[in-house]
Amino acid sequence: MTSRRTPPGRSTHVGLPPFQRFLEEHSDAVYRFAVASVGPGEADDVFQETFLSALRAYPRLRPASNLRSWVMTIAHRKALDVHRSRRRRPEPVDEIPEGPARPEDDGDPGVWRRVRNLPPRQREAVVLRFVGDLPYHDVARTMGTSEVAARQNVRLAVRRLREEIR
Amino acid sequence: MSEIERSLRSVPAPEGAVEEAVTRLVDRVEGEVDVAFAEAESPFGPLLVAVTARGLARLAYPDETPDQVLQQLAGRVSPRILRSARRTDQVRRELDQYFDGERRRFEIPVDWALTGGFVRKVLRATARIPYGDVHTYGQVAARAGSARAYRAAGNALGSNPIPIVVPCHRVIQSNGRLGGYTGGVRRKEFLLELEGALD
Repeated sequence: MTSRRTPPGRSTHVGLPPFQRFLEEHSDAVYRFAVASVGPGEADDVFQETFLSALRAYPRLRPASNLRSWVMTIAHRKALDVHRSRRRRPEPVDEIPEGPARPEDDGDPGVWRRVRNLPPRQREAVVLRFVGDLPYHDVARTMGTSEVAARQNVRLAVRRLREEIR
Repeated sequence: MSEIERSLRSVPAPEGAVEEAVTRLVDRVEGEVDVAFAEAESPFGPLLVAVTARGLARLAYPDETPDQVLQQLAGRVSPRILRSARRTDQVRRELDQYFDGERRRFEIPVDWALTGGFVRKVLRATARIPYGDVHTYGQVAARAGSARAYRAAGNALGSNPIPIVVPCHRVIQSNGRLGGYTGGVRRKEFLLELEGALD
C-alpha cells in the first residue's frame, strides 16, 4: 500500500527518511513558526500537536512529498485551532504592559505580538512565507487560495507591520 | 530583504525551548513509534540497536553509518523511527552483561523482519547454537534444510542483521579456521574468546 509508486523489482528508490531525521530537520522551523503564529506561551502546544499528527500520518505519506511544506501545513492548521479556541474564551491580558517595540532588534521576540494583531489571512500568509519559509506556491496551497492572493496578503501584512514599527 | 522580513525570518525560539519540546514529544509518542533505536556501548565502539514491538530487529557495528541503517529500516520495516532510551533499555542492558561475561543467553526476542527465505532459516538455526560452542557452515546449512548449501549459508551469515545476539560468530569452517566475519575476523575471535570457545 505504502509503496504504490515503487516500480516492481529491486528498485533503489529513496523512501521517506526515518521520522527521527524528519524531526531533527524541521523541529526548529516548526517551533519558530509556532512562536510567530500563536506566541511563545502556546508555541509548545502547537509544536506537540503538529509532530503528533505528523507521526501518525507519516507512514501513509508519499515518499516524494515535500516534507517541509507538509509539516508546515499541519502546523498551520494547529495554529488556527489555537486562534479559534482563543476566540471562544476571553483573551488573557498580557502580564506585563508593553513598552514601545524595539524595531532595531534582529530577531525581535516581540514581533509575534504585532503579527498577532494582523487580520487573520495576512497573519497566516506572512508567517507561512517568512517564518515557515515556504514558496508562495505552497503558501497558497496551504491556505487554499490562489498564489496571487497569497502574495497580496503577504504584501499587505508587511506594509502594515512596517507602519506599526514607525 | 526588508527589515520586517528579516525580523520575521529570525523569530527566535526561547533558549533550549526546542530541545525541551522534542524531549516532551518523545516521552509522549514513544509507545506509538514502530522502531525505537539507540546506541549501545561495546568493546567495538557504539553499536546501533533497533527494536520493534516484536523484538530486536537490527544491531549494527560502527562501520555502518546510522543514516544508512535507519534508512534501511525506514524502507523495509517502517519510517516511524525514533530514538528512545527506554524502549532499547533491555537490549542495551543485556549487551552490557554479555560483554562483562555475565550473560550467556539473550532474553530479548528477535524480530526477523529484515530476513527472509533461506537466510532466515540459516539465522534461526544459528540462534540455537549455545554459548561457548561452535558449528561449521555445513552443519548450519544442514539444520536450515540443505546440507550442500554451505556456501549459501556463509552468505546468509554475512548478511546477518543482528550479529552478536544472533551469534553468527559461532559458525566456523570445517577445517577449524574461523572464516569471515562482518567487519573483520578479529571481532569473531574476540567474541569466541569472550565465550571461552577458543583454546
